[in-house]
Amino acid sequence: MTALLRTAGVTKAFGGVQALSGATIEVEQGSIAGLIGPNGSGKTTLFNVITGYERVDDGDVYLADKQITNAPPDKVFGAGIGRTFQLTRVFSRLTVMENMIVAAQHGERGRGLLRNPFARAGGPATRRRAMELLEFTGIANHAGALAETLSYGQRKLLELSYVLMADPAIVLLDEPAGGVNPTLISTIADRIRQLNEQGTTFLIVEHNMDFVMGLCHKVTVLDYGTAVVTGPPDVVRTDPRVLDAYLGTAEDDDDIPVG
Amino acid sequence: MSAQTARRPAAGGLRSAAGARLGGVAVLLVVAAVFPLVITNALYTQFGVDTLIFVTAVAAWNLFSGFSGYISLGHAVFFGTGAYTVGLLTQHWKVIGGTIFALLPLGGLVAALIAVPFGLIALRVRRHTFVVITIAIFFMFQLMAFNFAFTGGNNGLSTPFFLWSAAEYNNPFYYAALILAVGTILLCWAIRGSRFGLQLLAIRDDEDRARGLGVRAMRVKLTAFVISGGLTGMVGGLWWFFIGQALPQTAFNPAFDLSVALMAFLGGFGTLAGPVLGALILEPLQQWDAITFTNGFVGEIALGVLFLAVILFMPRGLIPTGRELITRWRASNARRREPAPGGAPPGGAAVAQPAASTSQPSTGTPSTGSIR
Repeated sequence: MTALLRTAGVTKAFGGVQALSGATIEVEQGSIAGLIGPNGSGKTTLFNVITGYERVDDGDVYLADKQITNAPPDKVFGAGIGRTFQLTRVFSRLTVMENMIVAAQHGERGRGLLRNPFARAGGPATRRRAMELLEFTGIANHAGALAETLSYGQRKLLELSYVLMADPAIVLLDEPAGGVNPTLISTIADRIRQLNEQGTTFLIVEHNMDFVMGLCHKVTVLDYGTAVVTGPPDVVRTDPRVLDAYLGTAEDDDDIPVG
Repeated sequence: MSAQTARRPAAGGLRSAAGARLGGVAVLLVVAAVFPLVITNALYTQFGVDTLIFVTAVAAWNLFSGFSGYISLGHAVFFGTGAYTVGLLTQHWKVIGGTIFALLPLGGLVAALIAVPFGLIALRVRRHTFVVITIAIFFMFQLMAFNFAFTGGNNGLSTPFFLWSAAEYNNPFYYAALILAVGTILLCWAIRGSRFGLQLLAIRDDEDRARGLGVRAMRVKLTAFVISGGLTGMVGGLWWFFIGQALPQTAFNPAFDLSVALMAFLGGFGTLAGPVLGALILEPLQQWDAITFTNGFVGEIALGVLFLAVILFMPRGLIPTGRELITRWRASNARRREPAPGGAPPGGAAVAQPAASTSQPSTGTPSTGSIR
């Protein structure tokens, strides 16, 4: 197993707040990795640093062997890292199909300078691919609707769908189960498993412990901007350092944080 | 049986709606083309030229501001730059007669070149800060026009005399303005449906999300800004030829951007037809009240009141509001013709709402609930 995504000693401070202090994590190729930790432990900041929304103060980010430290978001996406946001962000005044086309990385024919900038958006191949993905996530019947008419859960599905338009090597999901009903949570988990079987790697930030423990092959615990433990869910679940991070004490073994 | 008969007129209705739109555009074009041949009163053809100049300016402004959501109040920089560029070249090369119109692309080119550093500075910030920076840069340009020697300072630049017959004096300007307007609108239409246009609209809705989906936001915004600035520069040059003189305060006029923005908001910010409609309504109105009320303030107060009314009662503009009213009217008509078996409350908002949202065409112009 090789690491597909790796951060090495990433440090980031916002004014006096040290959001990340030497965060080192590894996500193995073909795995579903979980990233957990108490509120304010730096999970979303780590996502932002990896995907180019924040610059690191120190440390490096690697995709496979390529260093992508401080690359801007569009380059990071082009390199094969897709992400969703904790609070869903869709293009509300575009249709669902138009949302998908925005994320399509290549025009129908030609690239770079040869591409006609005024070519009509979304040729047949792009639209076909978009419909496939929308059917996969179950919102294909909303393809023509404005994204602002979707429910919160449907927006989560749309976010997952358009991130997949570029066939990313790894997808970073920021709380995919947050604020979503239980039926949809299991749908989302199924879809992640299916995609993973087809070769997509995942890194998931999530507070729903059943979701994380049931889905992830390995879980990393972040506390005060540092990765304190990494291991299979069963091991991490009982690690005293994890309980310490969540509860501030390692004494009470039975009180594992869930939900 | 009943479902079949119900579906057929609906499909016919869709086709006839597209046909009606195309027909409407054709009629409008024909009317615009023959206008100066039928109405030969110079006062009205002058209204026509002024209106077409603003149709172009508003469509060009909307191409950047309406699509990207970045409200520019500095487009007079391009208008004035176009006017002065064409003016200086006309004087330098001693151009007269019909060939003057060949200089317009050069005015556009210089305006577009100015748009590059302007955009690189202003487009680094968003929303209100962007608006303030565009205004600041605008005043820098106005000051330069006042103070440089080559711009003629306070005296500005005057056009040469054109030896065209008085009866048809306005016609060359009219047709040049018409070609510019049609070209600009066609370009807006092409961009609206293109990948580039979709990226602009994505930036309007959520720029950071768009960046995370591979949209090179700065490049896309700057390209739109430059295209928009170039078109505004061309029409600025035409304005100079037509009006006969460019002064720093008229070529670089702060009221220009306010008028343009008002016209776009009145018709429908970010839509294709809205800015055209806004200019067609407001510019003749402005011209009319300029000659009706010799006291210039009356017209300006009326404009201010109109602006307030638009923002208060029709913040999305005529086109989106009108479209919504039509769909609602159609929905209520359909209900009246075919009463629901359950006895749904007539005119219930809960019934009208989904009908309005599903009948929105997928490539239709976006509704603009709020501006950023």
